[in-house]
Amino acid sequence: MNLYDIVFYFFAFVTLASAGVVVFSRNIIYSAFALLFTFFGVAGIYVLLNADFIAVSQILIYVGGILVLMLFGVMLTNKVIDVEMKTGTLQTLPASVLVALIAGALCGIFYVTDWKIVRGVSAPATTTNSLGEMFMTTYSLPFEVASIVLLVALLGAAMIARKDRLPQIKNQK
Amino acid sequence: MEILISLIKIVIVLFVLLTSVAYIVLLERRVAAAIQNRIGPNRVGWQGLLQPLADVVKLVMKEDIVPRQANKFIHDLAPIISIGVALATFAVIPFGNRIALFGHDIKLQIADVNIGILYILALTSLGVYGVTLSGWSSNSKYSLLGGMRSSAQMISYELAMGLSLIGVIMIAGSLRLDTIVEAQVAWRWNILLQPIGFITFVVSSFAETNRLPFDLPEAEPELVGGYHTEYSGLKFGLFFLAEYANMVTASAIITTVYLGGWQVPFVHSLGLSDVSVSIIQVLGFCFKVGMLIMFFIIIRWTLPRFRYDQLMNIGWKVMLPLAIANLLATGLVILLKWV
Repeated sequence: MNLYDIVFYFFAFVTLASAGVVVFSRNIIYSAFALLFTFFGVAGIYVLLNADFIAVSQILIYVGGILVLMLFGVMLTNKVIDVEMKTGTLQTLPASVLVALIAGALCGIFYVTDWKIVRGVSAPATTTNSLGEMFMTTYSLPFEVASIVLLVALLGAAMIARKDRLPQIKNQK
Repeated sequence: MEILISLIKIVIVLFVLLTSVAYIVLLERRVAAAIQNRIGPNRVGWQGLLQPLADVVKLVMKEDIVPRQANKFIHDLAPIISIGVALATFAVIPFGNRIALFGHDIKLQIADVNIGILYILALTSLGVYGVTLSGWSSNSKYSLLGGMRSSAQMISYELAMGLSLIGVIMIAGSLRLDTIVEAQVAWRWNILLQPIGFITFVVSSFAETNRLPFDLPEAEPELVGGYHTEYSGLKFGLFFLAEYANMVTASAIITTVYLGGWQVPFVHSLGLSDVSVSIIQVLGFCFKVGMLIMFFIIIRWTLPRFRYDQLMNIGWKVMLPLAIANLLATGLVILLKWV
């Protein structure tokens, strides 16, 4: 077991243990908080795979953006509006069947797929340039589709946030 | 040997950073006193030079009080996140060129990361956790309000910050911080090439470090102490330390990205040996950072605080459009090869 393996198993352990807390914790704040460590563990594994850009994007987008908003929402509803939020388990049997199916499918794919492993090749110096070029050439269609999906989500969020303000303005007039 | 060199660099940088933070606190108090026509702390040691030491001893001796209804674990963790993020950002900042010492060619940067700028942005976005979690876990209205304000503020200004950096990235064509510094050779500093980006970045830095005129997360007249109202003793000290460490880090980032980093103009024409050139460059870096810190301090004691809606308006309606306009203009100039 060399250093690489130790680091890998460390990050894998962090990811799995914190993901366990996310799922099993009774307190939703702890769940949201444990998700922080899950994202970090995954980012660490990306670094191990020499995917530096993806690792930092993972932290930048998921930890710095999405999780902050989630924590924000959970904290505000919990403390300011005084809603008691507990997580519980519902529909145990269908859920476990579904989870077993998905897990089985993933494991199956993992064993069946012919992974293209190249050994002894040094990693590229930077991944950012080639990623950017691919986004603008080979994969420009998926890239644009993803940005349109994000734009639609943004507009939808703005619409929902503005909805109940409009009638009030009319009433005031 | 590589690991040993890295360790030595880490120890030196941490030592210099923490010591300078202690003396920046003293500097700030003396400058504030001078601006307000007072004397300021000058009793402990010569001109008050031992005052930081006395402050630290006082903080360590104080009782650590945790509110009964507080979430103990997160309450303890929040200051650690704050200080950890503040110090970790410094890891990628190049504070000098290479230096040849004792037969080793040493790069004056702790971690030479391919994606240095993104790393900085990622860590700044983590800084919000320390403030938010401390505000929430204290179970106090003032703390919670401070934490909420700060999350909204930091998230809003992060956008303008990231967008103003993209202009610099386009000019240098790299996310590496040392490439960005090397691209600013002699007088080609990014502050001259990107004046608007510089302004939006500096304003966003003030907002990200929670310094006046953007210190709403800890506005004393409204919020007692803001997010750290319920902290005492060494944990309060960590927040205090993190605030000043963030200020040093922000100054170092501004220096690296816009003020030419360790580049000192005309230093090669003096005909000095390589080692002395390297040392002069490190000193030049420290000088620029020091000037920026002085700027931070003077701003704090001469400008009033913004109102919260003004803060958000500036962030979203002025800084963000300015940064985007700057980005478009930079793209146009690069496309037409005017520079």
